[in-house]
Amino acid sequence: MAEMNMAKAINLALHEAMTRDDRVIVLGEDVGADEGVFRITEGLHAKFGDNRVIDTPLAEAGIIGSAIGMAIYGLRPVAEMQFSGFDYYAYYHMEMHAARFRNRTRGRLTVPMVMRAPYGGGIRAIEHHSESREVIYTHCPGLKVVIPSGPRNARALLHAAINDPDPVVYYEPKACYRLFKEEVPDQIETLPIGRAQIARVGKDITLISYGASLRCTLEAAELLEEEDGVKAEVVDLLSISPMDTQTIIESVTKTGRVVIVHEAPRTCGIAAEIIARINEKALMFLEAPIKRVTGYDTPIPYFARERAYLPDAEKVLSAARETLSF
Amino acid sequence: MPVAAKQHELYQTGQRDMPRKALDVAFKLEYMSILDEHGNVDTELEPKIPAEELKSWYRWMLMARRVDERLLKLQRQGRIGTFPQSAGHEAISLGSIVALNKENDWFVPAYRELAGFLYRGWSLETVLLYWMGLEEGAVPPEGVNDLPICVPVASQLLHAAGIGIANNVRGDKNVVMTYFGDGASSEGDTHEAMNFASVFKAPVVFICLNNQFAISVPISRQMAAETVAQRAIAYNMPGIRVDGNDVLAVYVASKEATDRARKGEGPTLIEGLTYRYTPHTTSDDPNRYRSEAEAKQWKDREPLIRFAKYLKNKGFCKDADFEEMEKEIEDAIQTAIKNVEEMVKKPPYSDPLVMFDYLYADMPPYLQEQRDELAKHLGLGGDAEEKKHKADAVGRGV
Repeated sequence: MAEMNMAKAINLALHEAMTRDDRVIVLGEDVGADEGVFRITEGLHAKFGDNRVIDTPLAEAGIIGSAIGMAIYGLRPVAEMQFSGFDYYAYYHMEMHAARFRNRTRGRLTVPMVMRAPYGGGIRAIEHHSESREVIYTHCPGLKVVIPSGPRNARALLHAAINDPDPVVYYEPKACYRLFKEEVPDQIETLPIGRAQIARVGKDITLISYGASLRCTLEAAELLEEEDGVKAEVVDLLSISPMDTQTIIESVTKTGRVVIVHEAPRTCGIAAEIIARINEKALMFLEAPIKRVTGYDTPIPYFARERAYLPDAEKVLSAARETLSF
Repeated sequence: MPVAAKQHELYQTGQRDMPRKALDVAFKLEYMSILDEHGNVDTELEPKIPAEELKSWYRWMLMARRVDERLLKLQRQGRIGTFPQSAGHEAISLGSIVALNKENDWFVPAYRELAGFLYRGWSLETVLLYWMGLEEGAVPPEGVNDLPICVPVASQLLHAAGIGIANNVRGDKNVVMTYFGDGASSEGDTHEAMNFASVFKAPVVFICLNNQFAISVPISRQMAAETVAQRAIAYNMPGIRVDGNDVLAVYVASKEATDRARKGEGPTLIEGLTYRYTPHTTSDDPNRYRSEAEAKQWKDREPLIRFAKYLKNKGFCKDADFEEMEKEIEDAIQTAIKNVEEMVKKPPYSDPLVMFDYLYADMPPYLQEQRDELAKHLGLGGDAEEKKHKADAVGRGV
């Protein structure tokens, strides 16, 4: 067991995966000598060299388009987008090709690749560096989307993503990179993609979240217990697509009350999809309307105003109290 | 010494490179034509290819032409969907693809390289399935490293660059040949692909089918440059324009490019100047944007006629040989159409539920639910019942 932050845990997974399988390569902008602008690729270039840790020209479509070719050739590329705010150029290739080769060729050609990208607000970044647009990938059939919330699950999910036979979008909540440390086991672990985790057991209300918002959701759950004597269950989605509907429904049928928390904009967001699934499978178990604590339907403000935009424990707490007192 | 390196050296030694002056830049751009429309051949450049092989080249080109013509008829009869014809592009397609090694090299096509597909072993049945609207028509044949047709223009060039880079990562000696049109040359992906390929010295041969029109937009509105080939200069790779209707010139340029690539010398850009004798697709009317006179002028430079003349002049083919080829091709097309029209009545071709089956290696639960929902809607119950009803689903789901 070693204690480490999320940045280190992701880095550890890359070291482990590249050591274990020589088909795994890393490519992206500044991933080599610079070791990534967030130092996620630390030590990789020194250990694995130019051939497997590839500094590319500055072109996101080029990175993802060529990663698709590499995957078809037989490599297992892990492509880094420097910030998710720039991966729209790459989206075209994810949607048009990465997501479709298996289906178009009836399984003959496949694209086992990972697109990593730091996403989300909370680090007082420059404009266009704080977006949370996981939903555009979630809406794309043929992709998988995972988002870790802590060091241990970050490492396990990255292993799962690299091992997966299909393309996986691995969004990293960059606000969590160095926020806290956690014990990470010595042995490599993986988490099954498509499974949520119960981050906190409870019986009175279900709080559902993922990524950086999980922190404030857990904080709110603690406050609910301390101040109101309410036992909140917290579901950490981890896998946004495919989503673990079963775990959500089991929790909702137990509690009958739900608050969903994410920093992405509200309209057609992940919370909207969760509500639709609850309607389809557990409507009659609900005791109150479901509340959403999300980013607003505006671009995330430039950093001076971003705290007001992002979910926090106070917002979650007040939404939960409204739901509980309905 | 390259200009930039010379300047760097001057700065290193504390000297300044003044005043303003013309740079001595060693760029060159070639044009090549070996066999003209009258059958005249440049004997110095003429490649030495065995007669049987040349005959087989002609046969593939002829087959592509006849299939193209037949597909048009099938489309007009409503038996296939919209499709882009390729008549006129047989020489650029075939002359380039034959420079590849069939076992290990990669073919990364766009969608107007019918002769190349046939040469690589794509069956007529598969070609037909594709234009009948079935994904099964995008399944590459066993034994070749081919990607399927790529509809989003220019995006395939990046996959080719990635395949080339992966080849270098693994220390292999394979070559990638990839295709695009003059319209695609304006896409950002084209530039990113050429940049990636040249930065990483990837063994990629970029073949531009410059048929001078992107649907209706003429090449003069596509770019201010005089040639597509000159764009190679910016990526420090060789660029050449060839007569795209001259299969020998296309072959010679392609062979040089694949040899260079295999030696680790990186990518090449080959622009084949040609003309689309047909509409862009079966939904297009070229009379809105091109003149009859221009089309006629290009008909005189047709790729098959001059190659046939060459084969006859060399004594490689007699009239009877050409007749035999025509007959054999006609029979093959007839048989394939008959086969395919029977095939599609049965599963998996007739089964709409297949749309769910190849999206992921393992089907996620929500997708299984949606599959069950559609099965129920179509009246496809349990396994036994499902099989019974699948054939009836033609026309409802497909």
